[in-house]
Amino acid sequence: MGGSTFDAMTQQGVRWTADQVLALAPDAASRKAGSKLGAAGPWSEAGSSDEGTVWGLCKGSGSRPYQTVVDIADSAGPAYKCSCPSRKFPCKHALGLLLLWAGGDGAVPTGKAPDWAEQWIEDRKKRAREKRTAGGGGSASGSGDLEAARRRAERRAERVTAGATELEQRLADLLRGGLATAEREGYGLWEETAARMVDAQAPGLAARVRELGAVPGSGPGWPVRLLEECALLHLLDQGWLRRERLPEGLAATVRSRLGLPASADGPPVRDRWLVLAQYDTADVKLTTRRIWLHGADSARTCLLLSYGAAGRSPELALPVGLALEAEVAAYPGAGQLRAALGEQFAPPSPTAIRPPGVSTAQAAARYGEALRDDPWLDAVPVTLDRVVPVPDGDSWQLADADADEALPLTPAARSRPGLWRLVALSGGAPVKVFGECGHRGFTPLTAWPEGTGQAVTLC
Amino acid sequence: MREASTPDDRPDRWEELVTAALLGTDRRAPVGGAPGREAPVALLDAAAMAAVRRRAGLRPAPAARRVEPAAEDARPALPEAAARRLALLLADRPGTGGGRRGTSPDLMELLPQWLATANAHGYAAPPQTLPALLDAARGRTDLRPAALAFAGPRALWLARLNPDWRFALRAAPGGGAALPDLQDTGEVQRLWQEGLFAERVALLGAVRADRPAVARELLEATWATERAEDRLMFLDSLRTGLSAEDEPFLERALSDRSRNVRSTAAELLSALPDSALAARMAVRAAACVALDRTLETPTIAVEAPLECDPRMERDGVVAKPPTGRGERSWWLGQLMEAAPLGTWPGRLGGRTPEEIVTLPVADGWQGELHAAWCRAAVRQRDATWSRALLGAPSALEAGGPGAVSLADRAKLLSVLDTRERAEWVAGFIATHGLSEAFQLLGVCAVPWAAPLGRAVVDALDIARDAGSYPWSFSGVMGLAERCLDPAEAARLEGLLAVPDEREDASPGAGGYWAEAFQRLMTTLRLRAAMAGELDVS
Repeated sequence: MGGSTFDAMTQQGVRWTADQVLALAPDAASRKAGSKLGAAGPWSEAGSSDEGTVWGLCKGSGSRPYQTVVDIADSAGPAYKCSCPSRKFPCKHALGLLLLWAGGDGAVPTGKAPDWAEQWIEDRKKRAREKRTAGGGGSASGSGDLEAARRRAERRAERVTAGATELEQRLADLLRGGLATAEREGYGLWEETAARMVDAQAPGLAARVRELGAVPGSGPGWPVRLLEECALLHLLDQGWLRRERLPEGLAATVRSRLGLPASADGPPVRDRWLVLAQYDTADVKLTTRRIWLHGADSARTCLLLSYGAAGRSPELALPVGLALEAEVAAYPGAGQLRAALGEQFAPPSPTAIRPPGVSTAQAAARYGEALRDDPWLDAVPVTLDRVVPVPDGDSWQLADADADEALPLTPAARSRPGLWRLVALSGGAPVKVFGECGHRGFTPLTAWPEGTGQAVTLC
Repeated sequence: MREASTPDDRPDRWEELVTAALLGTDRRAPVGGAPGREAPVALLDAAAMAAVRRRAGLRPAPAARRVEPAAEDARPALPEAAARRLALLLADRPGTGGGRRGTSPDLMELLPQWLATANAHGYAAPPQTLPALLDAARGRTDLRPAALAFAGPRALWLARLNPDWRFALRAAPGGGAALPDLQDTGEVQRLWQEGLFAERVALLGAVRADRPAVARELLEATWATERAEDRLMFLDSLRTGLSAEDEPFLERALSDRSRNVRSTAAELLSALPDSALAARMAVRAAACVALDRTLETPTIAVEAPLECDPRMERDGVVAKPPTGRGERSWWLGQLMEAAPLGTWPGRLGGRTPEEIVTLPVADGWQGELHAAWCRAAVRQRDATWSRALLGAPSALEAGGPGAVSLADRAKLLSVLDTRERAEWVAGFIATHGLSEAFQLLGVCAVPWAAPLGRAVVDALDIARDAGSYPWSFSGVMGLAERCLDPAEAARLEGLLAVPDEREDASPGAGGYWAEAFQRLMTTLRLRAAMAGELDVS
């Protein structure tokens, strides 16, 4: 597929690949259903505009075709509208339409949007304008509100302090009696403590405490891991209890690790942002989507987070391997990579940009350095240059092509199908790999072959 | 990763902390710790410091032994649109979704066709699609040859690393090992003498396809020392490129110790109408079949063999019939099947095959006799006899339980050339409809020739008007989606509308038919697009 990006640009502007479209699907069933609609058959009057709108009529089981329209240029990721009754988001019609458009075989010509599509786009633009005006005027609210907000923050801080103090006591009790007792007590002890931390409005503490419950059952070496996690939890408690004495950046990191609200008030940075990776993690209540971006000019790497309530796909979705011209603003905290996507100036488009990479030794060192700003960090985003996947007993490593050093893959990464895509892409030859590097090892997320060739997602 | 050691972070210090933590500070207080701190808190302080230090000090591990890189795949890369299409086809895996199919095409069913076309163009598979291709081939054995050919050398390289894909190594010639240059006599001899069984089978097959005589000579040289089951496999390789030159060797194999080897040799010899075995069989068969001219209409009289003598057995006749079959008819069937069809016109009064098959047969032997001739026509690839036994497609018995079963007809059709095959099946469908056409359609070349395609579409149209539900024809519909020439899509336009419901029709059938035709047309368009994406020249 080498060099094909440029053909795509000249022929059809900024169309995506099928993989990128399918990445938007909320689940496997939608992916399948959408794939089937990605052919000309059921579609009529389909078209797209240079402003990034795609529309079409899809024949369903009823007499009236569904009206489907997608705005791929929206700053918060693609937005969809379909007259079908599906509660999937995006629905199969939106996916099918985007696939048809991505296919680029003339089924979705450039043209002027029909009234029903134009109406929706106009409404959206109007709402966006109103939101911006409202946001601008909001700061004029009275000082009474500010006072109330300050009091609320104070009350919450008191609760968190009480929670952190209680947790310190529990950790001390645990260490006094020995970790061996924790193995016998099982999850119950931690679940209860986690619930107390939720009451204390410290969700960050609650999440860490809950994870402690799983450590004794995590196989050989668990006492080491449990001691490490307990100690880091203790460090976080101590950080909060002495936050006045911490440098401002570190104090902000502590607040963010505790799960206190913060807003992305860093200065907006405009850049061409390459979408490095997008993946979801889910628990019963929440799906968390992580999107890594690399700024072509600023050389910054930042993380966008998006959430979806139980079973729903998070709304923000960006296709891996494309670049978007946009502003992002950082959240506060030393070494903080999380940012918020601001205004988007052009829809995501194919690009030849690749992130610059480092060796495995430099990657490990980068994680070590990042711990200075944030000792609770599990991993840092890093791109490895010229590495080869190598089997190592039951596990795998990424070995430097030109040195005798290697980073082991994390246990989670070993069991993913993406591992085999990476091995296949490499074929024993060096590749460029973006992923997360930390104390558990390396988690590959995206890879590029040597020379030209598109990004291959591994997550 | 490994830990870097620094003077103040001795591993034994960390071990000490872990031990103290595990036992509890009540039992084991760690040495040191800040003054004025409780023992457990001091332990946590020290552990926090050590934990962060340990993590910050992590360094890469020594690299494990590297794998030999995959062999270069010299084939050109897929065109971009075709690569996107492949990703879509592979994303449509069974078990994702499900339920009624509606109007959308069944992508997984199009994968075999896509692979065949891509292989015909000689494209290389995009490396990152190999895991999905191997998984698809693992689940569907019918897909394996084409999927593995497309996947190429890198897929075999991958399969050696993942036990889930072992099947690819078994399926590949020589267990994935490369065959030597077939012109290199020394290397061919060496592999034949020293290779593993799978390698030798692959080698023999490749040599046979290239120079049949050389393959036979290889086999003859080592024949006496091969094990019986190996001899059977090797002998089977001679099916390719079989000629009169093989006869002396096969004739000797008739005296083999193994019964399976003997019967395979006999079967191969009987496919050579000029062989001595065929002549012996002709004499035996001719003795059983005669024309009785004493009757008003000449009739074939059959006298089945009374015994199966050792010489018959040596020529591959199996003496013991399967349960439920009479010995004599069993022997007769085998003689008739192995005797050259050229025997019969002379034996039966100079009649042509067409005339012979219309002759009455006395004493209820017709079924046995015609079935044996069908097998002979297929084995000897005799188009004239096949045509005669098939009869006219519009003949009454063609659709019913005639002398020749549908399965036999399908086999006879495979002897005819593709155009004639398509025309015969088109004629059959025009007379008998679709309900029995499935098996016959399966042997027609893809895409269907125009007359056949039209016959199928017309028959579907008639079935719709008859008021039944389309899923009674889902087998034929599915075949049509895969086999109809995409050029026929335009002819389907008129069938897409939902007709007004008639009183005698099944409720809602019209809508379902419209949906089925919609899917058929969508699939045809998709196939046309797929072919276009692969053909960029």
